[in-house]
Parts: sequence; structure tokens; C-alpha cells
Amino acid sequence: MGKVVVVTSGKGGVGKTTSTAALGAAVAKTGKKVALVDFDVGLRNLDLIMGAERRVVFDLVNVIQGQAKLSQALIRDKRVETLFLLPASQTRDKDALTEEGVGEVIDKLRSVFDYVFCDSPAGIERGAQLAMRFADEAVIVTNPEVSSVRDSDRIIGLLDARTLRAEQGEQIAKHVLVTRYDAARASRGEMLSIDDVLEILSVPLLGIIPESQDVLRASNLGSPVTLSEPLNSAAKAYIDAARRLEGEELPVIVPFERKGFLDRLLGRRAA
Amino acid sequence: MNLLDIFKRRSSAPVARERLQVLLAYERRNRSQPDLVSILREEIMAVIAKHVQIDQDYLQVSMDRGETMSTLEIDIQIPNKSAVPMAMAG
Repeated sequence: MGKVVVVTSGKGGVGKTTSTAALGAAVAKTGKKVALVDFDVGLRNLDLIMGAERRVVFDLVNVIQGQAKLSQALIRDKRVETLFLLPASQTRDKDALTEEGVGEVIDKLRSVFDYVFCDSPAGIERGAQLAMRFADEAVIVTNPEVSSVRDSDRIIGLLDARTLRAEQGEQIAKHVLVTRYDAARASRGEMLSIDDVLEILSVPLLGIIPESQDVLRASNLGSPVTLSEPLNSAAKAYIDAARRLEGEELPVIVPFERKGFLDRLLGRRAA
Repeated sequence: MNLLDIFKRRSSAPVARERLQVLLAYERRNRSQPDLVSILREEIMAVIAKHVQIDQDYLQVSMDRGETMSTLEIDIQIPNKSAVPMAMAG
């Protein structure tokens, strides 16, 4: 039985889709069978980030409504053969997803794949709740910034109350993934530190992804950063996070900005 | 700009941290509130329904949490035509 991992955040634009793609690809590269499921019905984007936007024929809603088989809707990645994508539909009908239908699809995926990553839409409405409903674990993507941390706290509350596991009295394993971390700004006290975020949310840390131009470039090219540029700092951070998700005990090193005396003096103006 | 200004402008993170801690402490306390209110509402409704027929809409339950004291407000309207106890009506 595979593990179902929801990638969620509450707030939009913090990097859920990018992180789903990067983590999923990193896990798949180790030989595990991985399915990425886009739950953002009406605003799908995981296909674009994965570079599969022109290969979408059927989607999650088609499968749930019986118009396509699961095997027909799954898109195999062209770079990693154990990596698959189940796209969301572009329909505007909010009720296209039913709890029963989602449950059936997740059950089937769980029986075939080692990992099922559910890319949650932003917000705390139906779509976000269905994305987390059947999860065994949750990756809470958070930026070191007040509104993102607040929304993450809200999502943690939902994970502990509205998931099937929580309702059955079981624990859902939660991990915080801090993205867009700017070491220079954090060291100057302009940005919440990793310790601040962890103390406030009291959820263990999965990794710290540094703010990086490479992530944007990877999105532009339609490739998860862990596949296109596996040696850059953000990709390495995602690969390490993926290893921790698989249970490996790797220490997290907080990115540190090395600065000379002159840089320190001029640092504020430069930033 | 003097040195003090530089120091003040640099350390906005501690302010962010403190504001979050205060806010989230409050929000977490209130998180269970809607559930408690709906449970109370259902149970109060059940008790009243034993004796008087009223519509769901005529029962309002709300809770206001304060620093030292909270208030539970229950507003039950019993329309005259159905205010007859069921025992008598039946």
C-alpha cells in the first residue's frame, strides 16, 4: 500500500505546485512509483509545471464521473518512467469532485503507486478539504512571512480535524516545508527565522528551500527543478526533503549567508 | 538616518513573531467554538422539541469569548400558534 501525501498551505502562491512537482520527481528518481494528483479543479497548473500541458486528454473529474479509466488519464513523465501525473480538469463546476469519487481514485492509486502526492488548491474550502481527506501525511508549505504562517496554522487545525485519519482517531504525520527562504534577510532580522516558524507552528521541519531564480527557470521550462538542475541549491534542498519524507534522518542545515565586514555595512542598500 | 533608526528598521522579524503568537493563541482557542455551538444548538433543540414544536430557525445560539469571561447567548422564539405543548395538542 502506497503512502498518500497532501501538499497544502492555505495561502496561495507559496509554492505548493512547484513543491509537489519537485518532491514527487525527486522520490520517483529513486525508483519509487509516484503519482502526482492535481486537485485544483478549474485552475490546474501542475501539468504546466511538469511540462505535460499538451499531453492532457482526460482528467481527475473524467475518471470520477466514469468518462475515462484511471489508466487513460494518467500521464507518464517523459524523463522519469516511474513518475505519473493525474491532471485536474478545467471545468468551472465546483461540485465536480465528490468525496466518494475521490476516495475511490485515491484507493486505486494507493494500490499501484508507492507515493501519491495530492497538490491541494489554495484556501480551506471543499477542494482543499478533499485533497487532504484521504492523506496519511501532510507537507505544509510555508513562507517565512506572517500571513503564510497564519494560514498554515489554520490548515494544521483542519488536518487534525477533517481528515479521515483524524476522524478515526489516528495521527496524520505533518511536516513543514519552508520555501522562498532568504538567508540574508533572515540574518538581518527582516524575515521570520526558521526557529520562529517552527516554534509557532510546532510541526517538525521537512526542509528549507532557499529563494532561487532556478526554481522560476525550471517552471518556465516545464521541468521540476530536481530534474532539470539537480545540483543547484534549491533542487538539493528538495532532494534532501524528499529523502526525509521517505524516513531518512538527515540533519537540516539552515542556509547561511556568509558576509564580509564591508558587505554587512552595505548589505541593506544592496538588498 | 542615525544608528538607532538602522537598528529599528532591521528588526521587524521579532515584531512579526510576537504578533503571530498573540493572534494564533487567540485563533486556536476559538477554533473549537463553532463545533461547541453547533452541539449545544442540537442538544437544546432536542430538549425543547420534547415539549414544544419549534422550527430550527427560531433557535439562535452564539458564544462570545472574552479574556476573563465568555457569554453564551441562547435566543429561542416560540411562535404563538405552535406554542401549545405537544402533550395537549396530541
